[in-house]
Amino acid sequence: MMATPNIPLWEVFIRSRNGLAHKHVGSLHATDATLALQAARDIYTRRGEGLSIWVVPSNAITASDPSEKGMMFEPADSKIYRHPTFYDVPDEVGHM
Amino acid sequence: MAVASISVSETPLVLYALRRADDALILGHRLSEWCGHAPMLEEDMALANMGLDLLGQARELYSYAAKVERRGNDEDKFAYLRDVRQYRNLLLLEQPNGDFARTMVRQFFYAAFADVYWRAMMQSKDATLAAIAAKSEKESAYHLRHSSEWLVRLGDGTDESHRRAQTGIDDLWAYTGEMFAVDNSERGLIDAGIAVDPASLQPQWLKTISGIVSEATLALPANDWMQQGGRSGRHSEHLGHLLSELQSMQRTFPGATW
Repeated sequence: MMATPNIPLWEVFIRSRNGLAHKHVGSLHATDATLALQAARDIYTRRGEGLSIWVVPSNAITASDPSEKGMMFEPADSKIYRHPTFYDVPDEVGHM
Repeated sequence: MAVASISVSETPLVLYALRRADDALILGHRLSEWCGHAPMLEEDMALANMGLDLLGQARELYSYAAKVERRGNDEDKFAYLRDVRQYRNLLLLEQPNGDFARTMVRQFFYAAFADVYWRAMMQSKDATLAAIAAKSEKESAYHLRHSSEWLVRLGDGTDESHRRAQTGIDDLWAYTGEMFAVDNSERGLIDAGIAVDPASLQPQWLKTISGIVSEATLALPANDWMQQGGRSGRHSEHLGHLLSELQSMQRTFPGATW
């Protein structure tokens, strides 16, 4: 199989039958948005996984810099009081 | 030791189901030949998916033919143990893949027909055929969408893709007329409301393909001479080669299973 030079990369998001949000499932190459959507259907929903698809050009995503992960994420590690685990949730509340 | 071919009692309804089953099997097999060879991984999957849709349609139609025939044949015997002259598919669908553009043109011509055909067949008075139509219609609609999008991009793409797409159209055009032909065997089924008259679908088919071909900056040939023969078993030389590959395992090891 040939390589795919100059064909843009797309990120694929699928909303499953019982899911509320679109989740990232992978990426693919396609020349434009229409074919990206069809390729996403053909590659990522073959087993009935999805009811809705988003495709986004990979170059439209702004990502955090891995070299900055200390500054970005470590400060949150020491703030365990931000987790709602210090409260007793009454049974009557049910699923939160 | 090779195993002998079966004989088939081709009553009108058996023959009708076999013809559509053969269409789906042969085109599905052609698409499967792309597996691992497509221009890109994404399209490899798309072609295999369409092939599997068609294989599913073929299985249901063969099973129905076997049930109507009641001669002890089944889907595997129909697929693996009939000779080339016993196959009833359209000549268009056995034509070799050629390049990607030709494969897409073949898919486009057929899907544009299958889309309206299966939608019309959902009204068949035969409940099994109507149910198969309801499932196949959604699959064919996607095959039409996919092949249309590609045809527009190939035709309105580079000089080379345009040339290849136009060559595919020119070479395959003479095989499209067979989709709309009716013989005496089918006339009775049409009159009984079991089958749809394909000639009634031709205007819609022509409208669909004319629009896409024009958008693709391509042209339909003016030539209206049409090749026929597949429906009665007179095939091009390509089908025999296809079947020798498709059937070799069952012909060599009769009854072999996975």
